[in-house]
Amino acid sequence: MTTTAAALLRTPLYDEHVALGAKMVPFAGWEMPIQYPDGIVAEHRAVRSAAGMFDLSHMGEVYLRGPAAGRAADRLVSSDIAGLQVGQARYGLLCNERGTIVDDVIVYLLEPETYLIVVNASNVSTDLAHVRKHLPSDVDLEDASMDTALIAVQGPRAPVILASVTDLEVREATIEDLAPFGVAAARVGGARAHVARTGYTGEDGFEVFVPWERAVGPWSRLLAAGAASGLTPAGLGARDTLRLESRYSLYGNEIDETTDPIEAGLGWTCHLEKDFIGRDAIAAAKERGPSRRIVGLVVEGGVARHGHEVVHDGTAVGQVTSGTFGPTIAKNIALAYVPVALSKVGTELAVRIRDRDVPARVVRTPFYKASAAARVRPSPERTELA
Amino acid sequence: MSTVPEELRYSKEHEWVRLEGDTATIGITHFAQDQLGDVVFVELPGPGSTIRQFASLGVVESVKAASDVYAPVSGEVVERNVKVMESPELVNNAPYEDGWLVKVRLADKSELNKLLTPADYRAHIGETAPNGSD
Repeated sequence: MTTTAAALLRTPLYDEHVALGAKMVPFAGWEMPIQYPDGIVAEHRAVRSAAGMFDLSHMGEVYLRGPAAGRAADRLVSSDIAGLQVGQARYGLLCNERGTIVDDVIVYLLEPETYLIVVNASNVSTDLAHVRKHLPSDVDLEDASMDTALIAVQGPRAPVILASVTDLEVREATIEDLAPFGVAAARVGGARAHVARTGYTGEDGFEVFVPWERAVGPWSRLLAAGAASGLTPAGLGARDTLRLESRYSLYGNEIDETTDPIEAGLGWTCHLEKDFIGRDAIAAAKERGPSRRIVGLVVEGGVARHGHEVVHDGTAVGQVTSGTFGPTIAKNIALAYVPVALSKVGTELAVRIRDRDVPARVVRTPFYKASAAARVRPSPERTELA
Repeated sequence: MSTVPEELRYSKEHEWVRLEGDTATIGITHFAQDQLGDVVFVELPGPGSTIRQFASLGVVESVKAASDVYAPVSGEVVERNVKVMESPELVNNAPYEDGWLVKVRLADKSELNKLLTPADYRAHIGETAPNGSD
């Protein structure tokens, strides 16, 4: 390995990953596990069939507090943050005035006047600058990214596993009572925590926020408690294949400051009835209609990757944003921007892989969908119960 | 399965060669497949193609990324492993047996002198002593 490991940050679970035999790689300035000895495909399958546990402590956590925090969060984030009840979370976008995407985030209303915004690790400093620029002076901002560890337990067995080491603060409630996109204060493996029924895998699951210095306890307790249920540690490799099968956007791939929510298929996250940063530009983009759109592709005879050209009748017409082998559906899949005229399901296209045009067909997304009963995902049809 | 079998020759790019008569069987090493992770796609030249020593002969794709496979010897491809194209995980499960990639008619036996012995290859990948099974 020739990476400059010295310059990379480590999560509080670094030693746990090394002890488990993880392959550590640089990611967004962090030294993170990309996979454990069983490999990406096995970890992916474990999450679909049993459960997997991810260290997401590299992600950013930003708190907004105070009587004006709700209004500020509602103006910063594209979705209906004003409509959140205490104990609810919502997926949304940070946009700039041009109506393009600064980051995708989840906003949690933890208690009255306390909003937690979880942002991508690669965007923490950009997001903080963006938030500061637009934040009224009477709202208290705290960057808790280096104080907050995040452990995700995802998969159909996640509720059973988490319940065995968790006590909710609300007496007699269990984590089974937590609605999709619900969040509650709890103790997990002895540590003070917030448990949210959110995730990025397309399965039922939870994200557990714990203090940085207490992260090892819950991680170890969960791993031990889940062993009998098939819980496996899972790395960033499986996280990517899982999110791609579920057609979730990845910042830097499907979305960035050159893409707008409409073409990215994230128009549903934009509550155009309210005023938020980028609202007018996004409303105009919606009115105009997009010129390109993200589609799902199944590729026959090669693996499409980020940056590959999409070809129609020998001409480059678009670009692959993400591509991989989808372990659950056992097909090579990709997301790509293509002209709207070529975005219909069933359209025959090609992806240029190493100078060869490999057949690709536009398919319906998500590529994979968990049974409705066991699903937590940022989607328009989600339900949020208090 | 030894991770560096004694009867093979190796390239620095982590390919192996097994010589039988003038036929050379080529694959990637245990170390290579372990570094790549789950192999999901293999692209190989068909029979009749010519490959040149240390030039790319094909591609092995893992879940994470595509990697070139370099020819450890020059020659004409007489057979490619159709089974491995259908079941790429054979590269992970049996890199020195069912996971072989191509067989070539060796053009120049002296090219083997440019390859690594098992001891050299072990040193190259940082393995200190012959490994037993794993």
